[in-house]
Amino acid sequence: MRRREALAKLTGREQYVDDLPLEGFLWGMTVRSPAPRGRVTAVRFGKDVDWSQFVVVDHRDIPGPNVVALIEEDQPVLAAGYVRHVHEPVLLVAHASREAARRAVRSIEVVVEAEPPALDFRVVALEDDVLVVKGSMQCPYYVLKALQHALARDETRVRVVQTPTGGGFGGKEEFPSHIALHAALLALKSGRPVKLIYDRGEDMAATTKRHPALVRHRTGLSRDGRLLAQDVEVVIDGGAYVTLSPVVLSRAIIHAAGPYACEHVRIQGRAMFTNAVPFGAFRGFGAPQTQFAGERHMDVVARTLAVDPVELRRVNLLKDGQTTATGQVIRDSTDRVAVMERALELSRYREKQGEHTAFNATHETLRRGMGLATFFHGAGFTGGGEVALKSRLRVAGRADGGVEVLSANIEMGQGTLTVFTELAAARLGLDPDDVTIAEADTSRVPNSGPTVASRTTMIVGGLVERAADDLRRRLGLDHSARGADVKQAIRRWHLEHPAEPLFGEAAYEKPPGIEWDDKSYRGDAYGAFAWAAYVAEVEVDLRTCATRVIDFTAVQEVGKVLNPTLARGQVQGGVVQGIGWALMEECTWQDGAMANNQLTNYLIPTSDDVPSIRVAFIENPYPHGGGGGAKGLGELPIDGPAPAIVNAVAAATGADPRTIPVTPERLMELMEIADFGLRNAD
Amino acid sequence: MNALLPESIPEALDMLARDPAAVPMAGGTDLLVHWPVRIEAHDRTYLDLSRLEDLKPLTWKADELVLGALTTYWDVIRDERVDREFPLLVQAARQVGAIQIQARGTWAGNVVNASPAADGVPALMAYDATVVLESRRGREEVPLDRFYSGYKEMRRRADQLVVAIRIPRRTYSFQIFEKVGSRRAQAIAKVGLAVTHSDAGWRVVAASVAPTIRRCLAVERLLETGARAGVSSSEDLSPAIAQDVAPIDDIRSSARYRNRAMARVLYHDLKDFWGPLLERRPRADPLP
Amino acid sequence: MSSQSAIPNPQSAISVTFTLNGSSVTVEIDPADRLLDTLRYRLGLTGTKEGCGEGECGACTVYLDGVPVNSCLIPTYQVRDRKVETIESLDPRALEAFERCGATQCGACTPGVVMTAWWIRGHPDLLRTHTIRELMAGNLCRCTGYDGIVDSIKEALGER
Repeated sequence: MRRREALAKLTGREQYVDDLPLEGFLWGMTVRSPAPRGRVTAVRFGKDVDWSQFVVVDHRDIPGPNVVALIEEDQPVLAAGYVRHVHEPVLLVAHASREAARRAVRSIEVVVEAEPPALDFRVVALEDDVLVVKGSMQCPYYVLKALQHALARDETRVRVVQTPTGGGFGGKEEFPSHIALHAALLALKSGRPVKLIYDRGEDMAATTKRHPALVRHRTGLSRDGRLLAQDVEVVIDGGAYVTLSPVVLSRAIIHAAGPYACEHVRIQGRAMFTNAVPFGAFRGFGAPQTQFAGERHMDVVARTLAVDPVELRRVNLLKDGQTTATGQVIRDSTDRVAVMERALELSRYREKQGEHTAFNATHETLRRGMGLATFFHGAGFTGGGEVALKSRLRVAGRADGGVEVLSANIEMGQGTLTVFTELAAARLGLDPDDVTIAEADTSRVPNSGPTVASRTTMIVGGLVERAADDLRRRLGLDHSARGADVKQAIRRWHLEHPAEPLFGEAAYEKPPGIEWDDKSYRGDAYGAFAWAAYVAEVEVDLRTCATRVIDFTAVQEVGKVLNPTLARGQVQGGVVQGIGWALMEECTWQDGAMANNQLTNYLIPTSDDVPSIRVAFIENPYPHGGGGGAKGLGELPIDGPAPAIVNAVAAATGADPRTIPVTPERLMELMEIADFGLRNAD
Repeated sequence: MNALLPESIPEALDMLARDPAAVPMAGGTDLLVHWPVRIEAHDRTYLDLSRLEDLKPLTWKADELVLGALTTYWDVIRDERVDREFPLLVQAARQVGAIQIQARGTWAGNVVNASPAADGVPALMAYDATVVLESRRGREEVPLDRFYSGYKEMRRRADQLVVAIRIPRRTYSFQIFEKVGSRRAQAIAKVGLAVTHSDAGWRVVAASVAPTIRRCLAVERLLETGARAGVSSSEDLSPAIAQDVAPIDDIRSSARYRNRAMARVLYHDLKDFWGPLLERRPRADPLP
Repeated sequence: MSSQSAIPNPQSAISVTFTLNGSSVTVEIDPADRLLDTLRYRLGLTGTKEGCGEGECGACTVYLDGVPVNSCLIPTYQVRDRKVETIESLDPRALEAFERCGATQCGACTPGVVMTAWWIRGHPDLLRTHTIRELMAGNLCRCTGYDGIVDSIKEALGER
């Protein structure tokens, strides 16, 4: 099936939050802290502004507790006298004219008595009426919870509606609660609708980004290359507030040992408080950081022992019956070595290695190399997370005989609308046109959990099917009833029960045999892992030390592939994000603030920077996944590109990069310090 | 914001004479960047050049190519004759953003924006381009390699308008354009180089390594003289480069990287001309 | 936009007439209004998106006299008497290849992508000197990895 909303997006008809018509509204703006840490001693309002025409909100206007409710209740909605990071929101301003609001914000001076900030996470010590909000978000119920809490309203007086959402990637997991609260405060005080839209500069400077991480590995191996012991230390920069750091750290450390069998594993993780702008969810949620380190380390080990990196992985990749670092026994019958072999074959890994030896011997200033990464990604919430979420979903029967899926999971390009449609239609034998997906409006849809953690298709997709089954049961139909029979039964039911709602319901049930103990951190960390092997081919220009990815192969086992076009697109997009992360994307910090918060200076790959991404799936249906066996797919593709690419750079140049991005500057330093083969370029 | 909307060059010059603080605007690709939040820029006056038809054409004359002040990068990319005679202009133009910017950005705008990282200016300077300025007081021509006097400072009086860029037609025996950026497309140069050789001699022009784009006279001297025989590695170029440029550390790169990358690119791209052993001939004139 | 500003500034409205998607329109604008803002907030054509406001991402691509440009970098007064076309001018039926090949995911960059892609489709001669990837480099996409976009253009070119 084609993407359901494709045509609306292609023609520009899809209405994102800033596209919605709105009458008599005000533009909201945020006044932020200029300093990373200190007491707010004064707020000076510009004298040439007629402030009577503006709505101004500060922390005293918050009806409930001044916190953005998440895991901990430590982060204020608006700073109350003390700031803990640059760009922390202090005041809100609204006016009917956007330009006037901008000028007003500019005229306000927040005076901070600066205190010495902690900005380097590697050295600081370890410390322990109805309000309707519409917006771009991944988790409507997170936003609802935060609004209820800080505004002291019960859920009958707050409603959250997700609007079509551009690229989430985790950036719209926890952060939208802030924007929603700020817009709500201005609206409550002014009694008017308020629109709060960040431009790219404010977005990049003030919202959450991937946690910087430092990972150390010590590894013991047998003479034949088997992993005997892994000792891994993970430190991440959490920033000024807790946000999601504990769960990011959890996923980071659970993935840190890689998809390998090893009996003796110790992984220690810490998240540090600093005065940095808080870090948060970003595709992969900690796993990309630790798997970059782990997969790069595998190649360092291989080089140290003078063994082939492929063989080192072949010996150690998990086999059925072996356990992960948390003691989870893997028994999904996926042949992980076969996944790797397929990637080697499709990329012509061995042939290319030979070709590169010849190329590098004859070419004066170009060096080519191949790099491999084998990795995994656990889908769904970590540990007991899914049990705690208690996700619920409904499939309603419409009066016309069609059905409507009611869930809080949202479309942000990854394909929720299409996949849910396919699942409901296939389960009930309906035409896709007979299926609608409800707008994610908390006043209508049950809480099927957040749209994060690669959980939507695998976990919530399963709920769609079970809710469809439940609907059929409530209609008194046999399990085999399909198509016209179902439609007819729905229509008849409505005639017999006028004005009554009809729906089937499903709630999350833990698959049998899954056990997790949060105290000992032992057990089945995830219901299922997706497995992958990626191969990168790079070319390095020794004159400039610039690296280009010239070929890329991504092979993965993600259970059953429900929609090949969407699945391939997710992988290609993830790989290209990974290419950016590996080679060019870097936040430059100055006094705790992002200095390159522009797309001119924070570069992401263009179409001309990346090759076509070769994608292959090996299918091994997961019995408890949606659609007869889907596993999580969304985050997996960001885990593998960086290590594969950097391993390829190492193979091409002899340098040993351990920090990403491998910018030309960094690579040149490495090669000159190491006295590697820049001789040719000199 | 105040916009002056002239319909002819004389009218534009009159307006500029009356209000020399007015900022001439052609494609707007530099002036409108981050426009909504640059409130201070909203309080200025702009002189809109977009309707001055006389400034548009790219004109071939017997001994020169004249780029009107409104000639865009895309105009140059689409002119096959430019690709034959001044290929560095086309190469540079293709490095300026992508089609959306190439279609709007002008060569004259690139000159007066005076960015040390400009893409078009090095190519123009390597071809000995001249900037033609006009005001109510008359016409003035300034060679591009003497146009800049410091960071974002240039020899253009506030009442003067750049109306054209003149490029002499010559036979070039060697010409290269190199842009070292952080990605292939749409990047701001960390090092830019344009090098030409003709009967007029060598021109080596560098970008992003000094407060202005400039000719590297010490490197040119090295190429012009027997001293080039002593160059057998990129390191050997460092003394000359140190005389010519003074790169800095900034948000995009480091001084050290810029120095080394410039030396290596120059050394390798001009490999045929360095060192004692080979009889050196320009590539365009290969040995039989 | 700032006619009701509470802060005095020297701006005065000017009247601009241009051809928009085939019809003549006249708008009273502040000289500081970008074409992007005029299209979105004055004329209600919200298909054109703002992605970066600095001419990097191409989400705001429209045609000015038939050529793709970034509407975030154009003062509205510069389009007087000129021809502007937005995503709303394209025939949805012609976009089948883009639907089929996975050219869109989240959709935020998509109208800009489609505008540039459609222009390439209309000018296949460009491919004698340029690659599709070079011509598309002014449209950043964070979701697709570009393969879906490039494939769509190839297919659309084949359908001409």
